[in-house]
Amino acid sequence: MIGTAAGAYLLLAGRVAGISGMIAGALGLQKGGAQGLSILFLAGLFVTSGVALAMKPVPLPSLTAADTPLLVLAGLLVGYGTRLGSGCTSGHGVCGLARLSPRSMVATVVFMLAGMAAVTLIRMIAGGAR
Amino acid sequence: MIRLAAFLCGSLFGLGLIVSDMANPARVLAFLDVTGAWDPSLALVMAGALLPSAIAYRWAQARQATLLAGVLHIPQNRRIDRNLVAGAALFGIGWGLAGVCPGPAVALLATGRSFAIVFMAAMLAGMLLYRQRDTAQPIMPESVRARDPGESAS
Repeated sequence: MIGTAAGAYLLLAGRVAGISGMIAGALGLQKGGAQGLSILFLAGLFVTSGVALAMKPVPLPSLTAADTPLLVLAGLLVGYGTRLGSGCTSGHGVCGLARLSPRSMVATVVFMLAGMAAVTLIRMIAGGAR
Repeated sequence: MIRLAAFLCGSLFGLGLIVSDMANPARVLAFLDVTGAWDPSLALVMAGALLPSAIAYRWAQARQATLLAGVLHIPQNRRIDRNLVAGAALFGIGWGLAGVCPGPAVALLATGRSFAIVFMAAMLAGMLLYRQRDTAQPIMPESVRARDPGESAS
């Protein structure tokens, strides 16, 4: 479904379905960002996810004062990193790999490894917590 | 027509995120936890997403236009530079800390939970921070400007 949606967006709108780029485009942070289309795509994503989540809830960690700074740091890194690296899981991971873009292959390997390293590190710091 | 298409594509994308459980931070963290109790199921989700996406790309490439006879905007930048690698690394760390990437961040916002709202706010702040830095260097040498991501991959 994700791939079909990304493929259909390319075929119909002629654009790569990268969410981080669309968020930036929707906010007018990106030149040639197709603001209107980005807003509509994100609106569809938001509304339909809302309906789907009502039927199939996702367990979200409840936020405590202790882990709020970490979550904020994570958000800042994701926001800044996706702009600096021109893409996220959808833009590089799905669309970029599908068109065999060398940039996207490098980016995907790097963010996967970085993510794995972060998870491992957090567990080591958390120590015997689990 | 193209507007309706954008909305419907976004809808399908969102549905896919929820159905595949890609929007579940715990699932994402388990996928990234290769040194612990690794849950590889999201690799299948990504592989499954690549197939239709790759077919669509070939098709669009062969047509050189969209199905609505519009212009294709496919990133042409092939240069692997420091920004790409550093950006991907920072993003990966953030992804590994929270288990949320930009697509699910939008989807989870619909829950109205503080987790989702705080993450989204911080993510937008990160994007604005980049924008600040980017516009803070107005005159760049030609060599640097060449790699300025006029068209980005996402």
